[in-house]
Amino acid sequence: MIALQDRKLALWNIGVAYVAFLIGTLCGLLQVFIRNDALQLPAWLDYYQILTAHGVLLALIFTTFFIFGFFITGMSKSLGSFGPKVRLFSWIGFWVTLLGTVMATVMIISGQASVMYTFYAPLQASGFFYVGLALVIIGTWISSFALVGHYHVWRKKHKGQLSPLFAFMTITTIIMWIIACLGVVATVLFQYIPWAFGWTDTIDVELSRSLFWYFGHPLVYFWLLPAYMAWYLIVPKLLGVKVFSDSLARLSFVLFILFSIPVGFHHQLTEPGISNFWKFLQVVLTFMVIVPSLMTAFSMFATFEIAGRKNGGKGLFGWFTKLPWKDIRFTSIFIAMAFFIPGGAGGIINASFQLNEVVHNTLWIVGHFHITVGTPVAMTFMGITFWLIPYLTGRKFTKSMKVLGLVQIITWSIGMVLMSTAQHLLGLLGAPRRTAYSSYNDHPAALEWFDGILTNHVTMAVGGSILFVSAMILIYIVVMTMFLSPKAVETKDMVDFPLAESDMSNTPKWLENWWIWIGLAAALIALAYAIPITHMIQNAPPGSEGFKTW
Amino acid sequence: MHLHKYEKIWLTLGIASLIVFLSVVGVSAFSQNHTPAGGMETIDPKKVNETAPFDNPGVTQLDDDTYQATIVAMAFGYNAPELRVPVGKEVIFKVTSTDVVHSFTIDNTKVNMMVVPGRITTKSYTFEKPGTYLILCNEYCGTGHHMMYTEIEVYEE
Repeated sequence: MIALQDRKLALWNIGVAYVAFLIGTLCGLLQVFIRNDALQLPAWLDYYQILTAHGVLLALIFTTFFIFGFFITGMSKSLGSFGPKVRLFSWIGFWVTLLGTVMATVMIISGQASVMYTFYAPLQASGFFYVGLALVIIGTWISSFALVGHYHVWRKKHKGQLSPLFAFMTITTIIMWIIACLGVVATVLFQYIPWAFGWTDTIDVELSRSLFWYFGHPLVYFWLLPAYMAWYLIVPKLLGVKVFSDSLARLSFVLFILFSIPVGFHHQLTEPGISNFWKFLQVVLTFMVIVPSLMTAFSMFATFEIAGRKNGGKGLFGWFTKLPWKDIRFTSIFIAMAFFIPGGAGGIINASFQLNEVVHNTLWIVGHFHITVGTPVAMTFMGITFWLIPYLTGRKFTKSMKVLGLVQIITWSIGMVLMSTAQHLLGLLGAPRRTAYSSYNDHPAALEWFDGILTNHVTMAVGGSILFVSAMILIYIVVMTMFLSPKAVETKDMVDFPLAESDMSNTPKWLENWWIWIGLAAALIALAYAIPITHMIQNAPPGSEGFKTW
Repeated sequence: MHLHKYEKIWLTLGIASLIVFLSVVGVSAFSQNHTPAGGMETIDPKKVNETAPFDNPGVTQLDDDTYQATIVAMAFGYNAPELRVPVGKEVIFKVTSTDVVHSFTIDNTKVNMMVVPGRITTKSYTFEKPGTYLILCNEYCGTGHHMMYTEIEVYEE
């Protein structure tokens, strides 16, 4: 059990994450019914307000707070209790992030920031919305530096030793996060805030987009890497085996530092201002991420097979049936991983130089998002929640909670399959994303999209409703395990942080020399961005004034 | 560093198919000109309506086999009177915006262009089937975003 004060810190982060989850999923439910014409919003509330809240609260806020709750617990568990300074800065980071979240949410709900979580200029939200976003980032940096400080202290005390795998992976994720945020910090501080408060008249739109996507793609890996940590470290423990290969796990993580950042142009393939050569170069770099993904997939299946055979699985696939399917901590993560197979394949399509034109900004992207962030990441976090909260509160994870957990995971899977399949197909047919539904004045082409068995508004609404029910079950589990379940008194009832052993004897020391990886990342970023960004600034058109079109 | 034998095979196959895949994409892009919409021209977003060719939007014939369609996107519609082009001829679309970011997306085709204020997006396309195509905006641009559309008629000569 980790120190009480560290537990409190982690629980507050997780608590805020689930408040954001509750509001965000409610917004999601409203959306499917508005699109289905089953619901009319009051005049003061607009579809795009709800859509912005849904995106910001689920994709940015739920994930960020949950990740820090997970990191804090794991770092305290694997490196020892936090010192007073680390704890202080973790709290400051938490409050600053929360302050930013509240500011941005208030602006969204009061109708002054219906700009989506991508906030593309020259849509101009209230300046306080951008200040809120900046505070969210600054808060995460403070929390990150606190964790880096904790790691630094450990390294000084254990000279020449490799750090535990959990700490290594946390630091990798944080390094990637800090480098990635430089882009969004630059655009928000130097472009959006002065412009939104009227200190400058205009904004360079293309530059702001490029700086946003420099951050926007690695943001996806900031969500994904903590899920990977659970896959590499928690799953083997649940299966009763060791980490498959310590060095491989570390290598795949540092490859994410290198290949997640210099690839933002693949979100901008169909826009002007970037020449084809630079777009293509970033497409190539984008696909390099497939290498660590393949490594992860191999390790996962190797772990499953080793565990299954240990439990007596025979034949080529007999081990599969010997996995602990009744353990919801495992099953949730396994299903999450399974969703990542079509999710990853869809990502390859999105980033492909020409194929992107078919799916760019269609509902396909929305479907893709829901089976990457909405399932592999979110469902892994759900699987972690089942043991993390009881571990931190010292309560039991009772039998009825286990059953509910199973129901929650199954309903989430069914809801996602229905909704995201419909969205993928509708996108292929041409239906656009981010629209309160309209039939374009009953245009035959638009009516045709929604004519199919799976491609209709009912399927999406049914899927969305099932997801909402599932979300509410999860909230119930969270509330129970946080406040109401009976305290675990006997040892057998105590919930553990399932961290697998990792054999470091074959791991080369250079993997933990961060300067190599930061240096290489900087070189790759310079290669991919220096010339096109310079060109963009030197050949900038007159800037844009702000518009409030909502 | 130790790698399992099967893992080496797995990664070799993976990396090899990655190289094949990217070569196909690259060759198709740069030797057959299959590149997405783009363009490096800039424009003053406030003066779109007085800058050629956007001062006179619509379709113009450049030569026997080439047409140019000039369109101005704005919240929440397109300024492009009478979009009619013949089937089987190259149409060069040029689009810009007077306000926020939009898209110019023709349903059932590969024309899917982001329209960024201050920039001109260009895409060349040849329609192979006659008919009336729906054009819509697929980049969120405000409360009327889902109403923003127009049509293009492709006729047989």
